[in-house]
Amino acid sequence: MLKRLKLSLNAQRSLLGFLFTLPFILGFGAFLAYPFVQSVIFSLSKLTIVPTGYVLDFVGLDNYRHAVFVDPRFRQVFVETVVSMAMKIPVILIFSFFAANLLNQKFRGRTMARVIFFLPVIMGAEITLRMQQADYMQQAMSLSESGLIPLSALQEFLGSLKLPMVFVNFIFAAINEIPMIIRSSGIQILIFLAALQSIPKSLYEAAHMEGATGWEAFWKITFPLISPLLLVNVVYTIVDSFTAPDNVLLELIQDAAWGGAGFGVSTAMAWIYFSMIIVILAITMVLVGREVHYES
Amino acid sequence: MKANKILEKLARLMRFGLLVGIGFIIVYPLLRQISAAVMHPDDMYDLTVNWIPRTLTTMNFKVAWEMLDYPRALLNTLGTALLLSTLELASTMIIGYGFARWRYPGSNVVFAMVLLSIIIPPQMVMVPLFLNFRYFDLFGLLPEPGINLIGSFWPMVLMALTGTAKRSGLFIFITRNFFRGMSTSLEEAAYVDGAGHLKTFFRIMVPNATPIAMIVFLFSFVWQWNDLFYTDLFMQGRNLLQIGLLSINAQYNYPWANKAVEGTYIQLVNNAGMLLYILPVLILYAFLQRYFIESIEKTGLVG
Repeated sequence: MLKRLKLSLNAQRSLLGFLFTLPFILGFGAFLAYPFVQSVIFSLSKLTIVPTGYVLDFVGLDNYRHAVFVDPRFRQVFVETVVSMAMKIPVILIFSFFAANLLNQKFRGRTMARVIFFLPVIMGAEITLRMQQADYMQQAMSLSESGLIPLSALQEFLGSLKLPMVFVNFIFAAINEIPMIIRSSGIQILIFLAALQSIPKSLYEAAHMEGATGWEAFWKITFPLISPLLLVNVVYTIVDSFTAPDNVLLELIQDAAWGGAGFGVSTAMAWIYFSMIIVILAITMVLVGREVHYES
Repeated sequence: MKANKILEKLARLMRFGLLVGIGFIIVYPLLRQISAAVMHPDDMYDLTVNWIPRTLTTMNFKVAWEMLDYPRALLNTLGTALLLSTLELASTMIIGYGFARWRYPGSNVVFAMVLLSIIIPPQMVMVPLFLNFRYFDLFGLLPEPGINLIGSFWPMVLMALTGTAKRSGLFIFITRNFFRGMSTSLEEAAYVDGAGHLKTFFRIMVPNATPIAMIVFLFSFVWQWNDLFYTDLFMQGRNLLQIGLLSINAQYNYPWANKAVEGTYIQLVNNAGMLLYILPVLILYAFLQRYFIESIEKTGLVG
């Protein structure tokens, strides 16, 4: 069919590329770009549902003002979400790298261990979260998030040591987050694992022959060779954490849309959050990007 | 020599402890569901019962089975997930192939849009998207107030077809990487033999891309099955497991639920329902775990 059009080879190739990717261009326009622009307009308007659809009244920055100054929870939840995200990301990365190293060793039952470590990806965070919420025992006794560790006793113990309260609270929060961190590391572990397996054994043998210690081999071989995937993992972790279903801020945004303050305020909140995410992504990509070593 | 051996044993013991501990934390929510799902409601008020119920019962499963309309809802969910993941597989393979093989003015910009589609949280476009499908007028072509597509398959089918469903961007990225890594000699041979571009794609490239197609399909299926966000948003009122489960959930989220015995009992039903819902995915995972775990190595992301 294309041959009959008598196009130059270059034009033919361009047309083919365009045709194959056309579904995405249409979909992106209709289901992402258009709603994206609409959400800007919504965030600046008051939206009312009428029998024939909806009407928009332009209200300027009122929705943003409402989100920041009037809404009782938004400011606090926003700061908490951003801070906890910034704290969790390095911990998730370190843990997943550590776990990947653990799973890369040879031992009996390795496949089984990998199957279990990857289970959270299969079950999905939404289901896992609902399972936790449905755990009546935990609700009844109001234990920690995991229900595994008697946190109140630990806090009392640390308090009795006369440690500064800030420090105690930090440890308290960190322990509480352990299950969450383990469960959101599935994909990252796999990526690191694949990266570790792709490093040729001969490099380590050569380094060993030259008298390098394990520590040196790690920093001179392992780290540079996995660094491109470090960037991938950083970006993945950030994206994953701001779309996670246990993200309280997203819950707040959703609640505002269907119940509370209305569609306008909800989209305004979403926009504030999204701008913050873009800033965080840009900063980390610049910071981590500098450390990345690409094989030429 | 002896000290070395003891150290090695210690290291092995530590590794074992770590693996078991981490593994336990991961399967913990699942174990709790199982424990609660077989628990008799009387045991809920027995403080000595924590993990193992005093009286075992299948009653919770029976109630959940009926509340979910399980056999029919299961078939519906299965059909929906199969349909959507097949469409998503087809569209992302075609789009990924297009990006891998040909360039055109602006193709880089379009590819940047693919990456952007990965990082836009669905909550950003949730409200406009919902309203657009609620009053769907094909961008002004249909008369006011448009058609109501909410509660039908169409919103999700359209998004799967155009590679804009949940995580489609990721699949496009993966298939593009895969096709880029494939040598062009096969296609050139096909062209020389007189096959057209579409024929070459379907007859030569697709069969050769089975490993990556398998990965995309499996992940798409599982993530579709687990999706509560889009399903709840677009398919309200359908007889699907996700919707049924959310309505059980909604029943005990009401404040009065904690007061009445019936209200508390609904929690155990909810646990049983959750297990019924996740079971097919767990069975699939048990049989095909190799594909999931080895997926990353095959995506061309690494080395």
